[in-house]
Amino acid sequence: MIFQYAFFQNAVIAGILAAIACGIIGSYVVVKRLVFISGGISHAAFGGIGLGLFLGYNPLFTAIIFSVISSSILGVISKKTYQREDTLIGAMWAIGMAFGIFMIYMTPGYIIDLSSYLFGNILTVSRIDIYIMIFLNTIIVLIIFIRYNEFLAFSFDEEFSEVTNVPVLKIYIILLSLVALTVVVLVSVVGIILAMALLTLPAATASIFTNSLKRIIALSTLIGISYMLLGIGMSFLLNQPSGATIVLVSGTSYLGILGIKSLIKK
Amino acid sequence: MKNEIITIENLSFDYGDHRVLENINLKIHDDDFVGIIGPNGSGKSTLLKIILGLLTPTEGRVLLFNKTPKEGRRYVGYVPQYAHIDRNFPISVEQVVLSGRIGHTDFLRRYSKIDRDIAENVMKIMGILDLKNTQIGKLSGGQFQRTLIARALSTEPKLLLLDEPTANIDPQAETNFYDFLQKLSEKMAIILVTHDTGAISSHVKTICCINKTLYYHGEKSISPDLFEKLYGCPVELIGHGIPHRVLKEHED
Repeated sequence: MIFQYAFFQNAVIAGILAAIACGIIGSYVVVKRLVFISGGISHAAFGGIGLGLFLGYNPLFTAIIFSVISSSILGVISKKTYQREDTLIGAMWAIGMAFGIFMIYMTPGYIIDLSSYLFGNILTVSRIDIYIMIFLNTIIVLIIFIRYNEFLAFSFDEEFSEVTNVPVLKIYIILLSLVALTVVVLVSVVGIILAMALLTLPAATASIFTNSLKRIIALSTLIGISYMLLGIGMSFLLNQPSGATIVLVSGTSYLGILGIKSLIKK
Repeated sequence: MKNEIITIENLSFDYGDHRVLENINLKIHDDDFVGIIGPNGSGKSTLLKIILGLLTPTEGRVLLFNKTPKEGRRYVGYVPQYAHIDRNFPISVEQVVLSGRIGHTDFLRRYSKIDRDIAENVMKIMGILDLKNTQIGKLSGGQFQRTLIARALSTEPKLLLLDEPTANIDPQAETNFYDFLQKLSEKMAIILVTHDTGAISSHVKTICCINKTLYYHGEKSISPDLFEKLYGCPVELIGHGIPHRVLKEHED
């Protein structure tokens, strides 16, 4: 039976851990409309992966540092200057990726399989990757739930929150950093380029059914886990890459549910 | 005893190279009910943001309750422009109103019994208590407006600051709304910012007229002729229930 293999167990565990991070942070990405900035953060994280490969460290580890720093810089710049935010995001998106590719080609020795970082390969998830994912999930859960009310007030109305002396810039940077951590959790599952799908689709599906943020978070975690397991299972059966299969399962499920829902409404 | 709650001295503000506000001097007292009027793009929203400490003036000085705006704003209940808020956001009326208490919460930002009582009380005052579990997207324009005012009142303000509050409510609701504000103005100072000069002037005590700089500040009962000669502010003023079409565009 396939469940006996360690690589398959790791794949399932990694899928579930990724679904938890996406359920929580993806809900904020969707309701606060951070989709584009999250795209920038996830692509820029590739710079961190390239750096890690070049320096000979675990690329997830360098991706954490690199993407948290780059998302914080982006947060500060977008709030403190009159620059157009989307232009900055686009710049960071491309520069991060270019830097990653540059570093990888500078790396001496063997040719690195780029596609496993870009599109994910859940079957190569190692024990250490799992520990890193557990660590990141713990941080995400703690930060979001300890001051849940503050994140809710901030996400709903930043300006009013600022007037009531909520430290909005700090919270914005923390939220972007948590997006960065979630992207790192997703790297081995679906990769940098497909990370956006799992940051948006489970939460978008959940928000079809409920309009309370807490319930969106809970439901999108469960939906995310189902998408993951279904995707992993199908990728085995069809012998297709896991990342792409998970994303296709998520996307078609979301569109299908959306379609059914709007048919029922009529 | 009248206390000065807002003091603005020689205030100017630039957005990049563009001067939005120029040399504004203004004093507002704790018993005031002021309408700040001016056309779109006159800088009145910018002035409001400066008062709230959301923007820093390029020149001049602003005091809010004798403190810097960032310190003084805890006494201000702010009602933002309705259109700036995402009505699809998954949040209930009660959660919106409670969020007015966030500045009073503990380290973990949990709402206490007192916070919940205050929120319940203001929801009762605003007549939205039975909607407390409703998601804001399902409210009518007037109900949502009252939710935003309830949130501002839950901060227990000494000054209520409203930005374009009547933009989305029908004329009947608008009259009721002004009556309500009038009653409220016995308990706190009120500043109302609007480009709509129809109904406002028959309700507020004083008017501030802004178009880049302050054109007029004083009693609304000033005669239209004098008003035109002295200030040339492009507004339509209604005094004593009789509409007077006042004034053409002032010259720059």
